[in-house]
Amino acid sequence: MTSTSPTETHVAPQADHGDPARSWLARVAEGRAWLFLAGLIICFEVWSRLSFGATFVLNPFNVQSIAIFAVAPLLLATGQTFVIISGGIDLSLGFIMGLAAVVAAHATNMAGVAMPVPLAMMLGILAAVIVAGVPGVINGLLISRLRIPPFIGTLGMFGVARGAAFLLAGGTTVPVQNSWFALLGNGRFYGVPYLVIIAAVFVVVMHYILSQTRFGQHNYAIGANVQAARRAGIDIRGHILRLYVLSAMCAGLGGALYAARFTAGAAQAGEPLLLDSVAAVVIGGASLFGGSGTIFGTVAGALVIAVIQYGLVFVNVEPFWQFIAVGLVIIISVLIDQAQRRFSGARQDE
Amino acid sequence: MNSSEQTAPLLEVRRLSKHFGAVQALNDFSMAVRPGEVVALAGDNGAGKTTLIKAISGVFQPTGGEILLRGQPVTFATPQEAREKGIETIYQDLALADNLSIGANIFLGREPMRKAFGFLPVLDRKAMAVAAKQTMGRLDFHVSRLDAPVSNFSGGQRQAVAIGRAVYWDAQILIMDEPTAALGVPEQRKVISLIHQLKAQGRGVIFISHNLQDIFAVSDRIVVLRRGIQAGERKISETNHDEVVKLMVGG
Ligand SMILES: Nc1ncnc2c1ncn2[C@@H]1O[C@H](COP(=O)(O)OP(=O)(O)OP(=O)(O)O)[C@@H](O)[C@H]1O
Ligand SMILES: [Mg+2]
Repeated sequence: MTSTSPTETHVAPQADHGDPARSWLARVAEGRAWLFLAGLIICFEVWSRLSFGATFVLNPFNVQSIAIFAVAPLLLATGQTFVIISGGIDLSLGFIMGLAAVVAAHATNMAGVAMPVPLAMMLGILAAVIVAGVPGVINGLLISRLRIPPFIGTLGMFGVARGAAFLLAGGTTVPVQNSWFALLGNGRFYGVPYLVIIAAVFVVVMHYILSQTRFGQHNYAIGANVQAARRAGIDIRGHILRLYVLSAMCAGLGGALYAARFTAGAAQAGEPLLLDSVAAVVIGGASLFGGSGTIFGTVAGALVIAVIQYGLVFVNVEPFWQFIAVGLVIIISVLIDQAQRRFSGARQDE
Repeated sequence: MNSSEQTAPLLEVRRLSKHFGAVQALNDFSMAVRPGEVVALAGDNGAGKTTLIKAISGVFQPTGGEILLRGQPVTFATPQEAREKGIETIYQDLALADNLSIGANIFLGREPMRKAFGFLPVLDRKAMAVAAKQTMGRLDFHVSRLDAPVSNFSGGQRQAVAIGRAVYWDAQILIMDEPTAALGVPEQRKVISLIHQLKAQGRGVIFISHNLQDIFAVSDRIVVLRRGIQAGERKISETNHDEVVKLMVGG
């Protein structure tokens, strides 16, 4: 109805031109997580100066704490980003992380009996990531072969992984006896925590996979139009299987790093992080309908959540306000996404 | 370009049949397409047009008859096999990933890679964009923003992208099931002009439409289907709307 094209002989794309409102809105929608982040940091800075006369963001201790705070949710959220872009969701990541934390603790301790400390640590991390891949394989098979909706399949796996993690932990937390592991979780390199360095490298690798490989490209295509992807000859089943293994392994690494940070594995390690991971992805600009999202958007989303949680504690607000604040940011974020979607959608109905 | 009877057919179907249980959707149907020829397929709802092109393009197997490609009998187990032999089907529901660029859609599933820093394999977006620009140029479709997702384009423009993909991978036979049905009038005209381009390039086109005006604007021949049976075949220059309608409804 709103066709802008005049009578023209050839088919030149014009719908995206001469329409500043659209591109403006699209740009805000794309970068909204970084805008939120900047806004929040300014808010807390002003708040902190007014009430205590102290800086918030220029205090390196705060920056470091926020960064460490964001590591585990970010690892879950990177895997979740891939899944959400494909049009799915992975609800089992929280307890896969718990399972992996327990496995990391047990495996490191067991290996430590027979081999040098650093080797035992490596083996523990490897075991955590590999064991985490198992529920990922099952998720992938349920969704790709048996055509179970991701929401249901991974909800089932949420329960299974939870039970398995608590059983393996014997109902308690499992302390890690390994000095290197403790150092990995709490040490620094020129003032930067190892955990943050590992997370940063990991994020860059995941960004590469999503934006520069066929796997990433197919992931976007599947999220936008599975039928088109299938007709283009993409192996949808194989892709979905690898996708859920990848997201589970992200949670596996998250679990191993949790065990390093707290020098103990706990089944409930990732329980509160699942929703944060979905929130980080959505705040980061991905659409829950699939087809859009970026790793760096998710990084901003995870930082937004970490800044809200840490910042409210810093300015002495009752912790329960965190939930309200994060919830509001999610809702605003989805509203922006929908407004942008409706606006660009209106151009296509003819 | 005046091809009809002299040249050998690119594609020929002989006495093709397809039944679904008791429903005889296609019955002893025969037709041929020559290089540079546009053949329109007309018929009432449920006449069997979609069934015919699905049997040709490997979506399902015909229950009888044969398909010949340049005179050689062929069978396609999957649409993929038909595509590899140069038969591309463009569906009305636009098989594009809306969030990707034109180039990414043309190369979907067969993306070119290059080495960054001499070792790291990455998607070759530049090669995709260049190919997209050239291909769309051949269709007289001049693109200014190669990185924009195809959702920014109109229905007719996206139809052109789907056709562009077929052209890039050098499909010799294009089958289009109601390519203009979802479009406004100016957009329909653009698709018609795209079909003229394909014809000029020597490709064979099978064009399904309910719109007789479109059919008369672009086709060399028209084949009419009625309840799965070939009800008639006419050169466009030797027939008119009334006759075609009579063939379609019978009587
Ligand atoms: N998969 C199927 N199973 C059973 N019957 C089918 C199937 N596909 C088509 N038919 C039947 O075959 C007949 C021909 O259908 P077809 O879709 O080929 O018609 P059409 O000419 O494409 O019609 P339209 O103009 O409405 O698109 C119809 O009676 C239809 O109900
Ligand atoms: Mg049909």
